[in-house]
Amino acid sequence: MNKKVLRPYFPLFALPTFIAFIIGFIVPFGLGIYLSFCKFTTVNDAKWVGFQNFKDMFKDPEFIHALWYTALFAAVSVVTINIFGFAIAMLLTKGIRGTNLFRTVFFMPNLIGGIVLGYIWQLIINGVLAKFGYTLTYSEWYGFWGMVILMNWQQIGYVMIIYIAGIQNVPGELLEAARIDGATNGQVLRKVILPMVMPSITICTFITLTNSFKLYDQNLALTNGLPSNRSELLALNIYNTFYGRTGYEGIGQAKAVVFFLIVGVIAVTQLILTHRKEVQQ
Amino acid sequence: MKNLKKGIALAMAASLSVCAFAGCQSGGETSGTATESTGGESTAASQADTGSAEGGKVYYLNFKPEQADQWVELAKTYTEQTGVEVKVDTAASGTYEATLKAEMAKENAPTLFQVNGPVELASWKDYCYNLKDTSLYTNLKSDDFALIDGEDVKGVAYVIETYGIIYNKTLLNKYFETDGAVVSSVDEINNFDTFKSVVEDIQAKKDDLGIQGAFTSSGMDSSSDWRFKTHLANLPIYYEYKADNIKSTSAIKGTYLDNYKAIWDLYIHNATCEPTMISGKTGEDAASEFALGEAIFYQNGTWAYGDCINNGMSDEDLGMLPIYIGGEGEENQGLCTGSENYWCVNSKASEADIQATLKFLDWVITSDEGRDMLANQMGFVTPFTTFDDGYQADNALIKAANEYIAAGKTAVSWNFSTIPSEKWKDNVGAALLDYAQGTGDWSAVQTAFVDGWATEYAAANAGTESPDA
Repeated sequence: MNKKVLRPYFPLFALPTFIAFIIGFIVPFGLGIYLSFCKFTTVNDAKWVGFQNFKDMFKDPEFIHALWYTALFAAVSVVTINIFGFAIAMLLTKGIRGTNLFRTVFFMPNLIGGIVLGYIWQLIINGVLAKFGYTLTYSEWYGFWGMVILMNWQQIGYVMIIYIAGIQNVPGELLEAARIDGATNGQVLRKVILPMVMPSITICTFITLTNSFKLYDQNLALTNGLPSNRSELLALNIYNTFYGRTGYEGIGQAKAVVFFLIVGVIAVTQLILTHRKEVQQ
Repeated sequence: MKNLKKGIALAMAASLSVCAFAGCQSGGETSGTATESTGGESTAASQADTGSAEGGKVYYLNFKPEQADQWVELAKTYTEQTGVEVKVDTAASGTYEATLKAEMAKENAPTLFQVNGPVELASWKDYCYNLKDTSLYTNLKSDDFALIDGEDVKGVAYVIETYGIIYNKTLLNKYFETDGAVVSSVDEINNFDTFKSVVEDIQAKKDDLGIQGAFTSSGMDSSSDWRFKTHLANLPIYYEYKADNIKSTSAIKGTYLDNYKAIWDLYIHNATCEPTMISGKTGEDAASEFALGEAIFYQNGTWAYGDCINNGMSDEDLGMLPIYIGGEGEENQGLCTGSENYWCVNSKASEADIQATLKFLDWVITSDEGRDMLANQMGFVTPFTTFDDGYQADNALIKAANEYIAAGKTAVSWNFSTIPSEKWKDNVGAALLDYAQGTGDWSAVQTAFVDGWATEYAAANAGTESPDA
């Protein structure tokens, strides 16, 4: 009865959210795409230039650098975060003492904001490197591993929680049956647990992959692109192009559109690929 | 019953959407006076209504965070006297360009903003009101202090600054008293070779002098790298322009790059830290090293005075030397003096707002309150004739600058305003850092300096984007 009463008002109830969605997402998104075809200084005073921005974008060596640097960073951190996260989840589902305490401790870094983490790790890493007469910004690879460590520290706890939920959902009968059939620990892991937690893996790779690609605040706080923009990930490169270079606002916007497409394509591909491997219980 | 429920549901839905609409509406309407979230901002509008109704209002987007509070105070005084609303907003350090871009897109855009020279002017010139017939321009001492685009005066400098090598007088005198000091008085340092031997001798005696190094760290963090990729780079550019008798160029030759290398070597090898550490050193690091007496020499300008004093130094500690790089006739070289702060009035603001802004600026440079604030409180050396009768800023560093002029030395002009783009500076800075760390060699600096100039000049002038129609 309730449903019947409310149904005619569905549009009315949805309206506020819908309007907010239009103002907060659809309009800026459309405007953003429009602006990527324009030359402008302020966003409300733009001149149409067609595909010029997209052509100029690839003439910028720093963008190309940021592109593969980000891809490499994403690859390394997705692998490390998921392997470590999964390993810790396995450990913490064995019923060892203090499991809950450890889970909390591992999860906690995730509650701290990226900027704060960035500065904290900058202090730690610089403190260690100073002993050897170097700094984090000595070369882009110091910054690279710095960011990998930082992201691992921050995200392992998060994916760990998801994996723990996945592992605990593996039916006990399955494990028992495997044992009775004489499966080794390795076989149980590969043939039973991994296929059963595939949905968790899908989610975790999706989260870590998109997070790594979109990483901005940790990058800003840890290295700010130093030395000379070579440790710049894509998001920071786009920001710096838009705000840092006079006359490059349109190009920055074009980069942002391309960035969106790249992240979208990669994320969807990954979802489809890992989703296929999931088994129905 | 059914009707009641229906009624309640309708009412709730209606009120929800009304709230949402009201939310957007009020946001749009009050954006002029509402407090926005852009850094330290305040509205000095005690009589906002009367002010805006009659003669327009002023919105100044200030560049210098050091003087943020003083501008607000000055705006308040003006509002009290005239009833005209003056809003002062200061962009957080290093975010001026970003803030300006965002603010300019708003309905109540800044009526008064600033650009840092001809290169930045290029992107804002469509927004710059012609100041030719204003008191701001007519009171200007020389056209050198204006940004002139064809016939139009697009920007007027409001502060003249000077940089060089600031030194700690007390510590330097201590050095002069050591055995075998290369020179015995700072007056004897008037060329690169002498300066170099003094620096190297100080570095050798650093433990006796109780310092960490002759120079403060040459930090290549973005808070400090402009001291080298821009200000220090000005010297080789200056000497090349002087030798070729030109004021700007589309292709620099790099005649004085060896001198640039020599002074850079001197900076990085006689400093408080190893060259491999400089990528992470900040402007504050250098400032505190200098103020704490860990180093004697510190390349910076008159704007650093406040930092030095706030960190416990006194006027007697401070002196400034020209940056000698070994150019011809450098015995007569003075400090580097110029401006990179130009006021521009937003030509896209309403006529009433433009007039209000011009009136405000006129008041700032002619009234006692305005002149006192600029010269005495903010410590600005201004290029306006109206300040000549007793409104001269006075601090140890400005005094040092004036002494060099009085002694007949030629001030080095700020030619870095002719550098084709920020990108050029970044590339030179990157190459300088690589060279210092040993991860690259000097030829990369040469490439960035010479070839980079040509490419960036071409990009900036041909327009990588479509030409302005």
